[in-house]
Amino acid sequence: MSTLYAVLFYFATFMLVFGTGAKILRYGRTPAPLKIPTTPAPTTQSGVFWRLVREVGVFESLFKSNKWIWLFGYLFHAGLALVLLRHFRYFIIDTWWWVNIVQPFGIYAGFAMVIGLVGLLVRRIVVQRIRYISDPSDYLMLLLIIGIGATGLNMKFLTPTDIIAVKGFMLGLMRFRIGELPADPMLLIHLALVAILMIIFPISKLLHGPGVLFSPGRNQVDNPREKRHLAPWAAELEK
Amino acid sequence: MSVIETHTATGETHIPDPLEIPRLACGAMADLKSFPAYEKHNTDLGFPGELIDNWKEVAIAKIGELAKKNRAFQVYLDTCVKCGACTDKCHYFLGTADPKNMPVARQDLLRSVYRRYYTFAGKYFPWLVGARDLTEEVLEEWYTYYHQCSQCRRCSVFCPYGIDTAEISMAAREILDTVGKGQKYCNEIIAKAQNIGNNLGLPEKALRSTLEDLEEDIEDETGVSVRIPLDEKGADILLITPSADFFAEPHIDGLLGYAKVFHEAGVSWTISSYASEAANFGLFIGSYENMRTLSLRIRKAAIDLGVKRIVFGECGHAWRVGYSFLNTLAGPFDFLDQNYPIPQHIMEFTHDMLEKGQLKIDKSKNDEFNVTFHDSCNVARGSRMGDKPGGQFELPRAVLRAVCNNYHDMDRDTTHESTFCCGGGGGLLTDELMDLRIKGSSPRMNALRQVTEDHGVTHMAAICAICKSQFTKVMPKFGYEIDSILSVHQLVSNAVILTGQDTGEDDAEVATDPAAVAAE
Repeated sequence: MSTLYAVLFYFATFMLVFGTGAKILRYGRTPAPLKIPTTPAPTTQSGVFWRLVREVGVFESLFKSNKWIWLFGYLFHAGLALVLLRHFRYFIIDTWWWVNIVQPFGIYAGFAMVIGLVGLLVRRIVVQRIRYISDPSDYLMLLLIIGIGATGLNMKFLTPTDIIAVKGFMLGLMRFRIGELPADPMLLIHLALVAILMIIFPISKLLHGPGVLFSPGRNQVDNPREKRHLAPWAAELEK
Repeated sequence: MSVIETHTATGETHIPDPLEIPRLACGAMADLKSFPAYEKHNTDLGFPGELIDNWKEVAIAKIGELAKKNRAFQVYLDTCVKCGACTDKCHYFLGTADPKNMPVARQDLLRSVYRRYYTFAGKYFPWLVGARDLTEEVLEEWYTYYHQCSQCRRCSVFCPYGIDTAEISMAAREILDTVGKGQKYCNEIIAKAQNIGNNLGLPEKALRSTLEDLEEDIEDETGVSVRIPLDEKGADILLITPSADFFAEPHIDGLLGYAKVFHEAGVSWTISSYASEAANFGLFIGSYENMRTLSLRIRKAAIDLGVKRIVFGECGHAWRVGYSFLNTLAGPFDFLDQNYPIPQHIMEFTHDMLEKGQLKIDKSKNDEFNVTFHDSCNVARGSRMGDKPGGQFELPRAVLRAVCNNYHDMDRDTTHESTFCCGGGGGLLTDELMDLRIKGSSPRMNALRQVTEDHGVTHMAAICAICKSQFTKVMPKFGYEIDSILSVHQLVSNAVILTGQDTGEDDAEVATDPAAVAAE
C-alpha cells in the first residue's frame, strides 16, 4: 500500500508540476494579436499588476458580478489557501515560524472551505441557470474537494491518524525513500482524492488558477495609442 | 407589443427592472437565423462561396489554428469554471430568456467541440465534460447563436477571469466563414467598404454632393459659411466617420456638429472619399486580415492627403478598432503629428475646445431636451478617451453637461462599464433579426423608462452609429418618438454659436477665443 501511494504521489506531483508548467508555457507563448483589455483598464504595467492582485486576492470582478458566488467562492479559496499553508508542516522537518502561526487558523479554514464548497454545490443544483450550464465534471469536482475537506476534518476531530508517521512518509518521499504509511482508511481516502486532484489539475478547468494571469482581458496595459502592439504572425503580414 | 407595457392591478404602468432575470425558455430563439451570405459576399472576402465538402475537418483544424494564434481564444476556452457569474449579464438572455444566450452557454457551443477534439478529458471522457462531436446540427447552432451575440463584452466585465464571449463569438464567425458559411449582412458590407470605401457603397460624386448640401444647410441655419471638405490635400485633420453620418438621422446632425467645432477651432480638415468609413465590420467576423485591409485604407488616405492628424467621428466599434487596434493593424503612424493622440476621438477634440473656452455655447438652445447618455458598448468596454481610465465615460458626459441644461444619468448598473448594448451591435443590425433586436434592447429601454419616470427624461444621446440606427427603429416600440435618439454632437451643434453668427440675442456668453478669431 505504501509503495502504491508513493508511486501515485510521484505521478501526481509530476502531472501537477510538469503538466501545469507545460500549459503555462503554452499560454505564455501564444501571442495575443490585439489589445483587448476590458476597459477601463490600467494604463501602466504596475496598474495591471495591482488589477491582477485584486482579481486573485479578492475576486474583484466576481464581487461586482454576484455576491453569493463571491461569498462561497471566497470562503472556499481563502479556506483552501490557509489549509494548504497549514499542511506545510507535514513536508518540512523544522516548521517555519509563519507555518506555526497559521496552524490554529488553518483548522477553522477547513470548515470555511467545506461550507463554501457546499454553498457552491447547492447553487449549482438549485439555481436553474447554473444547473443548465453544469456538466457532470462540474459536480464531481466539487464533490472531490468536499471529500478531501471532509476526510481531513474527520482526521482532525473524530478519528485522528498517526500524523507523525504520515509526516515521516512524506519526508521520505521527498528524499526518494518509501517509508511506511499508516493503513488508516480515512487517511488513504484523503490522500487518494488529493492525488486525483493533482493529476487532473492541468487537464481540467482547475487551470483557471494560472489562467487568470494570462487572460488578455485582465493582464494587458491600456496603451495602444502610445505603444504599437504586434504579434509575430501579424508582423509577417507586413512583409 | 406585449414586451412593452406591463400593467399592475391598479392600472398603473409598471416599469420592469432592467436587470430582472427571466426563467429559462429553452429554444426560444432557436429559429431566428440571420440571412446567409450569397456566394459572392463570401468570395469577395476570400472565403469559400458555399459550405465546402470537407467543412468538418477544416473547421476542426481552424479551431486548432486559432488556439495557437490567439491566446484569448485558448485561455478563455480552458479556464471557464462554469461559476455562473455571467449567466444573467447578457441583454439578449434577459430579453429572450433563451439559455443559449447566456454568455457561458454561448461559449459552450464552441467549447464543447474544442474539448472533444483538443483536450484529454474531451477525447476520452466526452460525457464527463460535456464534449460533443462537430455535426451539421452543431454548425447550424453556431450560426444561429453566434449571430445572436452583439460582442458587447458586458459579460467580460463580470467574469472573474475576464473571459470575453465576444472573442469566442468572433472566432466562431471566422470558423464559419472559413468553411463557407458566412453571414450576408456583415460580408456584403465589408466587400463594399473594401471596394468602394464605405459600407453604403456611396461613390465619391454622391458623397461630394451630399456634403455640399449639408454645407448649405448650415449656412441657411446660421448665416455662416462652414465647410465640410472632401479629399482636400494638405488639410491638417483627416476625419474618419461612419458613413451613416452622411445620410441617416440623427447621425447627420452629429456630422454638422463636428463641422462646426472644426470651424470654430480654425483647423483645416477633410473627409476622404477613399476611406469614407469609420466602421470596420472585419471586427464582427473576427477576421484580422479583413480588419487590416480596411484599416490600411485609412493609412493610405492619411498619406495621400498629407494630413497631420486623424480624428474619428461618433461610432462605437469603429472607435474600438481605431483606438485599440489601428496602431497595430496599420501603424506605425510616425508620419503624423506626434503631439496629438493617434487617432483622436472627436469627443476628445470638442472636450478640449470646451475646456479651453474656445466654443461659444448657448445651452438654452437644448432646453427642449431632457437628456440622458447611452454608453456604447465598444467605447465603454473596449477603448478609452483622454488620459485617464474611464475617460470614455467622463468626456461625453462633460460635453453633454456643457451644452445641455437638463441631463440625468440612468441606473449605474446599466451605464459606464456595465452599460447595456442597444441590441443591434456586432453585425446584427439587419431586419431579419428585428425580433432579437427589440428583445435585446429591453434592458436598456427599461433603464431609460426609469429615468423618464423619475426625471422626465425625453431624449437619449449616443456616440455610435449603430446605436443610433438601432434606437430609431426600436424606441417607438417602447413608447418613445422616433427622434428620441440624438447624436452627442447634434446637441453640440444646436448649442454652439458660430463666430459671426447672428443669433438675434446677445445674452450668450462670449468666450475670448484667439484661435477662432484667427480663423475668420
